[in-house]
Amino acid sequence: MSDEPKKTAKSGGTAGKTGRPAGKTAAKSPAKSPAKSPAKGRTSVRTPARRIDVLKTYKLFVGGKFPRSESGRVYEVTDSEGNWLANAPQASRKDARDAVTAARKAFGGWSGATAYNRGQILYRVAEMLEGRREQFAAEVAAAEGLPGPAATAQVDAAIDRWVWYAGWSDKIVQVAGGANPVAGPFFNLSTPEPTGVVAVLAPQESSFLGLASVLAPVIVTGNTAVVVPSEKAPLPALSLAEVLATSDVPGGVVNLLSGRTREVAATLAAHQDVNALDLAGAGADGELAKELETAAAENLKRVLRPDEGAAEGVDWSADPGTSRLLAFLETKTVWHPIGV
Amino acid sequence: MPDQIFEYAPAPESRAIVDIAPSYGLFIDGEFREAAGGKVFKTVSPATEEVLSEVAQADGEDVEAAVRAARAAFPGWSGLPGTERAKYIFRIARILQERARELAVLETLDNGKPIRETRDADLPLVAAHFFYYAGWADKLEHAGLGPDPRPLGVAGQVIPWNFPLLMLAWKIAPALATGNTVVLKPAETTPLSALFFADVCRQAGLPRGVVNIITGDGATGAALVAHPDIDKVAFTGSTAVGKAIARTVAGTRKKLTLELGGKGANIVFDDAPVDQAVEGIVNGIYFNQGQVCCAGSRLLVQESVQDELLDALKRRLRTLRVGDPMDKNTDVGAINSAEQLARIEELADSGEAEGAERWSAPCELPGNGYWFAPTLFTGVSQAHRIAREEIFGPVLSVLTFRTPDEAVAKANNTPYGLSAGIWTEKGSRILSMANKLRAGVVWANTFNKFDPTSPFGGYKESGFGREGGRHGLEAYLDVR
Amino acid sequence: MSSASTATASPASAPASALADVTASDAALRRYLHGLPGVDAVGLEARAATLGTRSIKTTAKAYAIDLAISMIDLTTLEGADTPGKVRSLCAKGANPDPSDRTTPQVAAICVYSDMAATAKKALSAGGGSGINVASVATAFPSGRAALSVKLADTREAVAAGADEIDMVIDRGAFLAGDYGKVFEEIQAVKDACRRPGGGEPAHLKVIFENGELSTYDNIRRASWLAMLAGADFIKTSTGKVAVNATLPNTLLMLEAVRDFRAATGTQIGVKPAGGIRTAKDAIRYLVVVNETAGPDWLSPDWFRFGASSLLNDLLMQRQKLKTGRYSGPDYVTVD
Repeated sequence: MSDEPKKTAKSGGTAGKTGRPAGKTAAKSPAKSPAKSPAKGRTSVRTPARRIDVLKTYKLFVGGKFPRSESGRVYEVTDSEGNWLANAPQASRKDARDAVTAARKAFGGWSGATAYNRGQILYRVAEMLEGRREQFAAEVAAAEGLPGPAATAQVDAAIDRWVWYAGWSDKIVQVAGGANPVAGPFFNLSTPEPTGVVAVLAPQESSFLGLASVLAPVIVTGNTAVVVPSEKAPLPALSLAEVLATSDVPGGVVNLLSGRTREVAATLAAHQDVNALDLAGAGADGELAKELETAAAENLKRVLRPDEGAAEGVDWSADPGTSRLLAFLETKTVWHPIGV
Repeated sequence: MPDQIFEYAPAPESRAIVDIAPSYGLFIDGEFREAAGGKVFKTVSPATEEVLSEVAQADGEDVEAAVRAARAAFPGWSGLPGTERAKYIFRIARILQERARELAVLETLDNGKPIRETRDADLPLVAAHFFYYAGWADKLEHAGLGPDPRPLGVAGQVIPWNFPLLMLAWKIAPALATGNTVVLKPAETTPLSALFFADVCRQAGLPRGVVNIITGDGATGAALVAHPDIDKVAFTGSTAVGKAIARTVAGTRKKLTLELGGKGANIVFDDAPVDQAVEGIVNGIYFNQGQVCCAGSRLLVQESVQDELLDALKRRLRTLRVGDPMDKNTDVGAINSAEQLARIEELADSGEAEGAERWSAPCELPGNGYWFAPTLFTGVSQAHRIAREEIFGPVLSVLTFRTPDEAVAKANNTPYGLSAGIWTEKGSRILSMANKLRAGVVWANTFNKFDPTSPFGGYKESGFGREGGRHGLEAYLDVR
Repeated sequence: MSSASTATASPASAPASALADVTASDAALRRYLHGLPGVDAVGLEARAATLGTRSIKTTAKAYAIDLAISMIDLTTLEGADTPGKVRSLCAKGANPDPSDRTTPQVAAICVYSDMAATAKKALSAGGGSGINVASVATAFPSGRAALSVKLADTREAVAAGADEIDMVIDRGAFLAGDYGKVFEEIQAVKDACRRPGGGEPAHLKVIFENGELSTYDNIRRASWLAMLAGADFIKTSTGKVAVNATLPNTLLMLEAVRDFRAATGTQIGVKPAGGIRTAKDAIRYLVVVNETAGPDWLSPDWFRFGASSLLNDLLMQRQKLKTGRYSGPDYVTVD
């Protein structure tokens, strides 16, 4: 992968498969396409006839399917230099409603799956990503304006993070639960259980590593998620949906709603069938975070606030610890008498 | 002789063991002081409506003073080696044991709950809670909450009237063990045991300002949770107030834990140990006059054994002894306040109006005070208010189910998720039910058991965070 | 059941006719006993402990003490028992407190079968004609003897004038699951309680030896088995093993007699025996009777204490209530 950046200079073969040109490439293409015009795809140095890329229509990911927004709305996604990358669906309140319904429907099966099973599925996500590193590196590079190696490093870290969280599936219960030595003839056991449907505002700045860092800990324990990806850089997330759809992640376990964070989040924060809210993606906007937390109080959602100092940026490559796992777990304590 | 009836003569606990002063101030920075505004309110015994004492009504200025005292005490307290903090808390536990009878009598007078419960349940648990958390003070780095857990700062704590001293213990013990300082507001109707606890702190030599007790009403509590210089809010009480507090702290860095209402389902299968199930049902809803957030207020009984179970339950309810809480043989005491009694009456009336069948144990209720006979409703459906709303009184709603799946569906069909009970002799069914019930505490073949080592707290609108056990530490620590 | 048992059953087991089909075969009996609701040990013991905290004062205490005295089966069951010992026990039972003639008499004098005649004679001669003679029988306390020996033991006691027979069940058979054998044996002993010349048959108390049955589920099954077989009383224990009467196992048996009456209309008595030594203990049992089976059982006809040293403690407490000062062992008699 070290030669990744060179690829754009070579044949369009590999890059063409990624469906979406990397932003830098588009910007530097000989055509010098004007800002906000479609990237023209790659020009082969050997063949004068230009092949026109097949562009991908990005869609939402709800209940294991890839619908357009019911509102019919899209919004323009550009690279860091303002070049058009795609029209992303702009999810509506009703899309959010549908996503919550799908997430709720999936919760029983997913939370009831064995921890081993969930762990294997998250690991499978990592496997699938590994095979598509180049595509995601290109997308991340375009989305975040990163140089190739840095984008690749983000993707690698994200894949490793999926692996890391995959391994937690059958360990967090042991770490966070246990027997309690009550003063009486009772068996007493505390076990963490998933909270339910978690609305996740994924980080705005870290479109892929940040996403993995907030999504994996939510679902590995058996929660289902409705994710609002980075508003300005939703494409890596929407492409991740394709990986999730082919990684044995049951439909509805992860739902992705690109769009205006404020709009979608407001619906999710107020939704009475959402159990928890991760405000990572509202970290730079204290007012929004407060509004959403206030709305979440109506049914006492568990709210994971943005990290302190999130407005100045969060280092998503840091050791994540278990706090994001624990934030969306409920401790259930079961008593039973001990007697013959 | 066989014709004679075995009537238990009155067996009143002696009131002489407790000396209640005519008035109490606020306990701020290690001393009692009058409220800044000079206001006071009366606290009455709900069993007799006798005025027990007058206590200070804290306002914003007093909240300010208490938070300032707690803030000033924080560096010293959190800077103490854990071993030394532990010793203070152990002292408190021991003094509480020494003064247990006095405090039990006080609690019964102020709350209206039977002396049998304050003596045998509340006070032993209070002391045990301090004893348990005392031992954590110098072991926090071993609690599995990260290598360097740190205290948050000043904790603002607001507690309810149903278990005044026990709720105080649940709040103060972990807060102190983790190195926080506290400002605690007891409930308006039951301020006395917290004020006596201040005296326990004095006897223990606790540094001034580490524990501050401010008495008052809802406005006092609201001022406390809204104070900008507190780092932690812990509240136990109604879900409505809990939501208001959640809104108040939204957008701040205040860590929040809430332990709120419930509508617990107590599920009885046809193969239940029936005599113990009856005891569990009684304990589940008539313990503490049903004024328990985790009460088993919905009885879900398998339809095939409904008649048999209800016969046994009614027979048992006829033996409940309702009356003077100071009598050692009283099982069910007084409702805590006129306001609460009115709420219970209103909801019970709605049960009748909505078509459920009401049955009360025959008992003579005293003329003074606030009383409600142990009551059950049959023919209740999930649509009835008495099956959905927390009554917080000695009122049981009986519903039926046909299959385990139906029992789970009905049990979980509530915005609450605090407690549930399962009664069956089949082990695999217990474990399956326990997995599926969305409740923070599941009692199988028992009910309303508590222990300092056992985490307690709810799912969904019953709140978040856990009190008790290792888990209870997390609420008072910065674990990042 | 074998045809032999059917022959011995008839009038004696009439009370259980409402449940006749459950005793129709070994298999039916087993199904029935194993279909009884389970007992949660912790819950049962917690309930007993709670009832044990009842505070019985003043008038209630005075009533309870006299009631307890009147329920005592004053017992001597020693290898060293002699006619002299039995006679003195009878005198004590008839006149428990020589300093206070208002003291009630005990319910019965409980002895081995070879002492039944001595006891009967001593009671009728000593102002105790209202006191029953209870005789243990059926190879008490182990019960390990041939049925014929057990029946002979029973008949001898009845013939000697015993008003009540305290039999032991065959715990070996019970624990081996041979409920039919236990059932038939109880029926046979019940039959042996009849008086050849007519007259009131001796009342049959059936002892389970709860300590050997070991589990509460077994005690509940034994209770129902004995009641179905025609027991007039069910009794906890012989007093000869480590675990005798306890508040929880007595509470459990009281639940059984309560439920049996509800099911059949027949009331059965309960007798805890062994280990009840103080007035405080006895009052706890009476509270458990009162709040479990109900006031209908608060009579010597339906509840007994098998005890020897209990009586003196009750008498001392009685004196304390009367005089306001604590009594001492010198003020009660040693018998």
